[in-house]
Formats: sequence, structure tokens, C-alpha cells
Amino acid sequence: MSNEINAALIKERIEFALDIAKKNNVEAEVSASESIGLSASARMGDVETVEFNNDRSFSITVYKGTQKGAASTNDLHDEAIEKAIKAASSIAGFTGEDKYAGLPDKDLLAWEAKDLDLDHPWDIDSEKAIALAIECEDAARNYDAEISNSEGAAVNSHRGVVVLGNSHGFVQSYSGGRHSISCSVIAGQADAMQRDYAYTLNRISTQLNSAAEVGEEAARKAIKRLNPQAIKSQEVPILFSNEMARSLLGSLMSAINGRSIYHKASFLLDSVGEQLFPEWLNVVEQPHLKQAIGSSAFDGEGTATQDRSWIEGGKLQGYMLDSYSARQLGEKTTGNAGGTRNLELQASNMASFDDLLHEMQTGFYVTEMMGSGANTVTGDYSRGAAGYWVENGVIQHAVDEVTIAGNLRDMYKDIVAVGNDIDLRSSTRSGSVLISKMTLAGK
Amino acid sequence: MIKNSHEQVTQALLSSNGLNDAHLDKALASLLSHSIDGGDLYFQLSQHESWALEDGIVKNGSFNIDQGVGVRAISGEKTGFSYAENISDDALFSATKAARSIAKVGQQQSHKILAAKSSPALYQAINPIDTLSDKEKIALLEKADAVARAEDSRVKQVFANLSSVYEQVLVVATDGTLASDIRPLVRLNVSVIVEENGRREQASSGGGGRYSLQNFIDEDSVVAYAKEAVRQALVNLQAIPAPAGAMPIVLGSGWPGVLLHEAVGHGLEGDFNRKGSSTYSGCIGQQVASPLVTVVDNGTIENRRGSLSVDDEGTPTQNNVLIENGVLKNYMQDKMNAKLMGVAPTGNGRRESYAHLPMPRMTNTYMLAGDSEQAELIASVDKGIYAANFGGGQVDITSGKFVFSASEAYLIENGKITTPVKGATLIGNGPDVMNKISMVGNDLALDTGVGVCGKEGQSVPVGVGQPSLKIDEITVGGTAL
Repeated sequence: MSNEINAALIKERIEFALDIAKKNNVEAEVSASESIGLSASARMGDVETVEFNNDRSFSITVYKGTQKGAASTNDLHDEAIEKAIKAASSIAGFTGEDKYAGLPDKDLLAWEAKDLDLDHPWDIDSEKAIALAIECEDAARNYDAEISNSEGAAVNSHRGVVVLGNSHGFVQSYSGGRHSISCSVIAGQADAMQRDYAYTLNRISTQLNSAAEVGEEAARKAIKRLNPQAIKSQEVPILFSNEMARSLLGSLMSAINGRSIYHKASFLLDSVGEQLFPEWLNVVEQPHLKQAIGSSAFDGEGTATQDRSWIEGGKLQGYMLDSYSARQLGEKTTGNAGGTRNLELQASNMASFDDLLHEMQTGFYVTEMMGSGANTVTGDYSRGAAGYWVENGVIQHAVDEVTIAGNLRDMYKDIVAVGNDIDLRSSTRSGSVLISKMTLAGK
Repeated sequence: MIKNSHEQVTQALLSSNGLNDAHLDKALASLLSHSIDGGDLYFQLSQHESWALEDGIVKNGSFNIDQGVGVRAISGEKTGFSYAENISDDALFSATKAARSIAKVGQQQSHKILAAKSSPALYQAINPIDTLSDKEKIALLEKADAVARAEDSRVKQVFANLSSVYEQVLVVATDGTLASDIRPLVRLNVSVIVEENGRREQASSGGGGRYSLQNFIDEDSVVAYAKEAVRQALVNLQAIPAPAGAMPIVLGSGWPGVLLHEAVGHGLEGDFNRKGSSTYSGCIGQQVASPLVTVVDNGTIENRRGSLSVDDEGTPTQNNVLIENGVLKNYMQDKMNAKLMGVAPTGNGRRESYAHLPMPRMTNTYMLAGDSEQAELIASVDKGIYAANFGGGQVDITSGKFVFSASEAYLIENGKITTPVKGATLIGNGPDVMNKISMVGNDLALDTGVGVCGKEGQSVPVGVGQPSLKIDEITVGGTAL
């Protein structure tokens, strides 16, 4: 177990693998990563677990002309890498000819990967991490007598490097870290228990919220969920919290993923240029934001990432492509192998959260969803939900055991307002989103 | 002559890395130089091969090797954990040092002498990757494509995946445990997209278990999966919006048992109950479900996806009765939670890999058969839903709320199955729903071997099953009011 990441060693191993590939007359791409970290958790005032993480991956894709094979190993010795290339080459001897297969276009690669300032080590050892976790959990348990139990608090700090190389002579890397404090506690007793959690996440440890703030937030949220009341089935306005609204963007991106498009497996087939959202709404991607959680100079196959507008004036601007799906569709890759990086919902007139509650007047404010009920092929949407009933713009009481359903096409059109309370803790960022109507099923 | 499988595992994980019993002894002694209650070493070598077909061509194939050793030290409710991807004396030493730091240095404790205990193997010690040639594997996927497309002209796209895992594990613990297991696991999946008048629907079917890939050919399951995927997709082409609100529901047998996995299974895992965070905490001996309900978690069924000869702590798996005639009997335990709760381990200590900590997890969880005909269940419903098949589910073990998503469902009107309805999420509260089970069918079936269960970021293969069930009321998340 090493305590430092050796990016130079990984680069050397990639060069070695590419060299072997060349000797075997195949083209190759190698994607490797290594991360080290520490996770400490505390429960009921004492340490519960301390984990020392050290993870490594080394994945090789081989192209024999238009035939493709892949292999991976976590052993980086010469023989293990040679064996992996042999295995990938052997597979490439059996897969079918696929004229769209191959390395990404050379001129689109990130030949000089930008430094996005993502690697900020946290000077923390297991003792400090344990102390912080205990402080966080104590703050939650001491917050109020309603807090009856705890699932604990955790402190995590991880750093890693991603290195990508291919037979175009490309080898680039970037390092990054992320640190977090989280807490989950239970309010109430027996069959009236409710649990909630809170967390802070950042690439720079000094920008994390304090352990006590996280603990208190978890406690407040759990208490607020007590005494949920049943509501009857009805069509109502739905306000998605900023954390929940992210998934609406996630569904959009899976529906415009080139893979879904060339398979004709998307409800947004042939929709480029179409007015999918209100005209005041935009969805943009900014992969090069300094210090941001989702930032990355290149995508999963080494293509340079770039700023992009996916929805402008409510209209779909194009499909999200990697080099394979781009070739299938006769286009160029958009640098989105592996998804989007810092995707954000923006609007010309973003409202405060209180304004959104006021605008909704009467409806359901969703703070938690369960299950995977978004169908990208049809757009049909049905998910379990919990949150709060709102009347006259004021939260009345907690609600759980309901579902919300609709179709994503309608939901996107029916967005009436977007909050400025943007949650920056994820690569997909959104404020709260108000939708004029969906079907709520309850009692 | 096939080598004894324990020797085979020892060779692959220890000898070939220059390790022997003396190194294991040294590592355990090193753990026990701190004031810990116990600890273990988990060695693992896994190989995973997969092939994927789309557009009628097998375009992708991959072969992955992962190996490493995880070291755990336990002191009361505290756990120290570290792991390394290279299996060597140095790596063992570093990992041991890190793991034992959970407790202070103490008087050197002795550990029991390691003796390999053999548990009856529930599956053959084979490497499934070698059970068919690459050509045969490709032919199998091409057959899935051909069968699906021949089934109906509305089939526009077919995806087929074949995956084989060969895993060797060795567990060594301070309590004297020395256990090994060779775990084959295969899976075949077929997914189709159908189109009619511009409307598209997707459906999938598949199965697998701890056996040879040859089974897919011998039993012609590839044909069955392909036809089943097409049938479900075509049903969905005719589906109307599902109703919204609370209503009676009849669940089909087999995979719909995901209901039990979510509604009671997770809530009966020992860790949550030790901590008192489950809605079922402190309920042993109480009536927690309708008297018609008996639920077991059985890790001992031969060749099943969720079965294990020994769990990841070296404990032999068992057939554990969780709920008997509606009364809560047992929780599922790993060693640590069993000890803290003063009960015996139940063979449910599982982990995703050497790089993850073990926890109490399910194996094959199912409800035993009742004595009603499915037709009687349907006939008893005036207005409700018949849910024949499901996608996945999720549960909040603290509030007991759970969801699961119907992928093939129909309206029941006046005791008869009528029109197909679109997929919808169903939501309920575990204890409530289990008490509202008013009829249990005589048609117990286990799923075809496709389940993956996620908990705290760790995935493990599981099985589910049930007979047809009638639930008097559950909330159906459709759009039609």
C-alpha cells in the first residue's frame, strides 16, 4: 500500500502497454486511474469504522482494424499488462467488423490538458477525521430531544489521478481530490421514525461547511419529516428541491445521448431544434470551471471537453456524443464520452426558493424520490416521493408514501419557474424547479 | 484428477504470490498485537468476461482480472479496514498495520489454529469462462438476436449480453476460520425495442446462476429469454396510462418477489436492527405480517445466483426462516452483528470484493407457497391491478417506505384481467403491506437469476421469489385519476 499517487509510474505503464500493442500491430487506448483516501465514521459518540482506500484501474481497448476487444487488470507488472493486451486482442479476433469502431479523431484530443486546479490535499489523518466525524454526529444528536438514534457521521478525503493514452501518441492526465463530511440521523420512535441526512462536499477542505453545521442540518431535516400526513390522489403543481431537480437534467441527457439516438431508443428522437422547454430556459455545460466538482479537461476517451449549450431558448441544440455514436450519426464527437461535466440549468429570471413556494401557492414540494421510474424510451415518469404539502405558499406538513407521475416531455414544457438556489455539490447543478402539474397518487 | 478445490484456491491466491501458512499466522498475530476482538483476511481473485451484441453484431467483448486482499480488525462496534491490490507479504503487513490502528496496542493475544473446514459445495468448482468457446458464445448471442427478430416484425433493435464470472476466495480469521470457495456465476440477458406507428417500447428478459454456460444451450433458455422480451415489449405497445391511487393488486409469481426483498428483507438485516434504525427493530416474536406469510432467506439452494457454499466470512450459509406465519423469527447476521446482538451468525456476511467491508446481506429471499389458485386471486378483485413483472425497487428501512416498479401490468376489472397498463411505481410501507396480504398462491417460483442488490454502495448477486399474492391495498403511481 503506497501513500502517494505515482502518476509518472502510471504514464510509464501506459506507454509500455501502447508499445506492446504496437508490436502486436493493433491500435489501443488505455484508461487508468489510481486513488487513495481515508474514510472515518462515528456513531453514538464513538468511532465506528476507519477505512484506508487505495484503488487502481487499468483498462485497455484494442482495435484490430474495425474489430474491438477490451481487458482490464489491477496488476501493473509487465506480464499482467502483456496478458491483458493478449486477452483484448484475442477478443478483437472474435467481435464483428464494425465500421464505426476505432480511436477518437486525433485532432479533437486534449493534447495539452488544462490545469483546472482540482487537486487540493486535505492535511488530515485518521485521528483528525474521527474527531471531526464525532463532532458532526454530536451536533446532530444534541440538536433536539426529537433525535432518537443515529446512523452516524462520516468524513471522507480522497485524491486521485486519471491518465489516458492511445496509439495516436496521446498520453495526458489530471489529478483531483474531493472531501466531504456527511451525517444521517433518526428522529421519532418505533413506527414513527424518520431519517434524513446532510452533507458538504468540496475539492478544497477549507470550503467545506463546518462539521457542526452539517450535523445540525441533518437533525433539522429529520425532525421536519416527522408526522407525515396522507394526501389524496390529485393533479397538482410539483416543486422539485434543487437536489431532486438534478435528476430531471439527468433524464434529459440520457435521452439525448447519442447511443439512445442511434438505437432509436429515446423519446427525444428527431428533436433537435424543437422547443422542449420554455423559451427562457437554458441548459449549459462548462467542463473547465476551476475547482468545480465535475470539471475535466478531457472526456473518457481523451477528447478535449468544451463549453456547450444543450438547451438554448428552450430549444434542443444537439445530441450528446462520443466518437462512436458520432460516427453512427455522421457527426463529430462532442467530447462527452462518460457524460457531461458541470451541467447547469439556467434561466433568465431565476427566483428565490421562497418566491417559488409563493408562486406554487398550493402543491407538493418534493425533497426525496425513490425508485428508478424515468423511462428514456417513452418519457414516461413515475417515482416514489416524499416532501411537504404547501398551501398559500407556506409549508403545512410532511408527506410521504406518494408517487408523482407524468411524461418527461410534458414535464419539461410545464416548467414555470427555476430557483437561484443552485446546488453546486454535483457535476449536474440545478436550483429548485417548479412544474405546473403532475399526477400525485396517494390515499 | 481435479485438485481439491481448497488446494486450488490456496495455490491461486497464496502459493503463486509466494505466501504460505506462516505468512497468514504472522498477519493474524500482527492484528492481535492490538486490543481487538478479532479480525480477518479476505483474499480474492476474480475474472470477469462479457460479450455484448447490438445491431445484429457482437461489437464488444471484455476480460477483466481483479485481485487483492482485504484486512479487517474489529473491536466492539469499531472496525478498522485496509486493502491492497497486490497480494504479498509487504502488502499484508501494511494493510494489517492500518486495520489494527482502530484499537490501541495491547497484550499480544493468541489466535486459534487454522483448520480448513469443508462445507458442502452448492455449485461446481468450474471456471465458466472456459465452458464454451468464444465462437460458441458469439453464436449464442446471435441466436438471441435471430430468435427475437423472427418473433415479430415490430422488433427494431435487440441487445444481448453474456457474462461469466470466476471467483476464488479465501477467508482466514483470528477465530480459527479457514475457508475457501470457488464461485462460478453466469448471466444471459436479452433486451428488445419494438416499434409500431411511431410508438416505441423496450423490455428485457434473462437469467443465470452458478453453473456452466452450456446450460443456456442445453435448456434453450436463450430462445425463452428472447421470446419473453419480445412478448413483454409487445404487451407494452398496447398499454394505456396506469391508474393513480390506492387499490388492490395481484402480483405474479417469481421475480415480483422483489417486493419481499424491499418490504421486509433489508429491514431484517442485522446491522440495522443492532443499531435500532429499522422499522422492524425489537420486533422478534411479534406479528409483523399476515398469518399467510412465511418468508425465508435461503443461501443453500444448489446453483442459484444468490447461493453461497460459505459466506464472505467463511460461515456456511443456511436456510433462515425470517417470518413464520406472520411472526418475526430471525434477523440476518454477519459475525460482528451476531456477536453484538448475542446470537449466532446466519451465513449472511457478504461483501462486493476484497476492497469492501462485509455486512449482513440477503442471499435468496422468498415467500413459501400458500394454497390458492392464481385465478382465485384475480377473481376476487373488483377493480385493481395485476402486476406480472417488475423492474427494481428501493426501501427506506427506517420509515419502512418502499417502492417497486411494474414493467408489465394489467387492469383487473370485475375479476378479470383486461387491458395492459403502462409501467408504474408502486409505493407502500413494509409492515402495512405485509399485513394486507390476504391471499397467497400455490405457485411459488424463484426468479430466473438476474437480481443485483445494492447497499451502502456495494453490489452483490441475489435471488428472490414468491407465489402469486393479493395485497388488499397499495398505492399505484399511474397518471390516470
